[in-house]
Amino acid sequence: MNSPIEAIGLTPYLSIGAILLVLGVFGIFLNRKNVIIILMSIELILLSANINFVAFSAATGDLSGQVMTLFVLTIAAAESAIGLAIVTVYFRNRGSIEVDDITMMKG
Amino acid sequence: MMTQIVFYVFAAVLVLSATMVVSARNPVHSVLFLILAFFNAAGLFLIAGAEFLAMTLVIVYVGAVAVLFLFVVMMLDVNFTQMRESVQRYAPIGGVVGGVLLVELLMAFMHWRAATNIGQIAHLVPSSPTRTNTAALGDVIYTHYIFLFQACALVLLVAMIGAIVLTLRERPTGRRQNIDRQHDRTVADSLEMLQVPLGAGVDAQGGFLRPHESYDIAAVPGTYGTEAWRVAEAREAAGNALVVTTPATGTKGEGDE
Repeated sequence: MNSPIEAIGLTPYLSIGAILLVLGVFGIFLNRKNVIIILMSIELILLSANINFVAFSAATGDLSGQVMTLFVLTIAAAESAIGLAIVTVYFRNRGSIEVDDITMMKG
Repeated sequence: MMTQIVFYVFAAVLVLSATMVVSARNPVHSVLFLILAFFNAAGLFLIAGAEFLAMTLVIVYVGAVAVLFLFVVMMLDVNFTQMRESVQRYAPIGGVVGGVLLVELLMAFMHWRAATNIGQIAHLVPSSPTRTNTAALGDVIYTHYIFLFQACALVLLVAMIGAIVLTLRERPTGRRQNIDRQHDRTVADSLEMLQVPLGAGVDAQGGFLRPHESYDIAAVPGTYGTEAWRVAEAREAAGNALVVTTPATGTKGEGDE
């Protein structure tokens, strides 16, 4: 099966990945107070890494990139589950999820 | 040509929805745009030939992670409009960092080229026209990456246990299972045969309220459970005495919950 990626090329995929990475980093700065949106921005950054992995895997014909994408997906799912659990517990204890308020461990 | 059109449609929607994820005022809209972004990323994966990963992305992200986000966003009663106040303050520095990152990535793109011997790298699984993507991926995972795969399972297990431990809350009003007591129960403790007179009902005999008498009260002192268990029970009872209130007739269930 001739992969359709040859009709598109590697560069558009990498550009999409780069744009998503920049959007994720920008989102972390833009929503400094809202932990949930910061978690979503991290998901976007991991998605950009996945797109790069898949693009290189398809371009070189090596399946290892797709296996790595699978592992990144696993880690991302675990990370968001733990992060949302922490957010829930923090909201239960403090009644707020503003990042600026999280200074209890400052010492 | 058709492939390119489809690719750029998916890519454009992906970038637009990712922009909306970080800039939407309402976090619920952010989550919905995140779902849209993941759908379009799955489309890009399909074009690249990664069918299994595309379906996994839809199932895992849209089916689990995004719904988890939706649950948390809707469950927490947070004043989100107040949180948007800092956007103007942090937008310039975010723009600077994002712009620098983008310029650096573009510079890397301009001076990037594939290695000349990229066609000669040893592939773990040679691609064959009759092999589907899922089967080939399974071959690679279960032969060359089996330990990483198991480690992933461990990570998921730890994440699951961690999330449960973090969010588990001991409510003082909750009823917990006491396995020791359940195992120590005997028929004599829990079953009582009553001779009920005809037409008189069971109210005269004490009624049906359970526990009629709590079984640790009913047991003959010194005969119930092991010695260590009795000591632990006594210590626990000294700390927080269990008060069993029997509701008055007619208001059954009022004191519950």
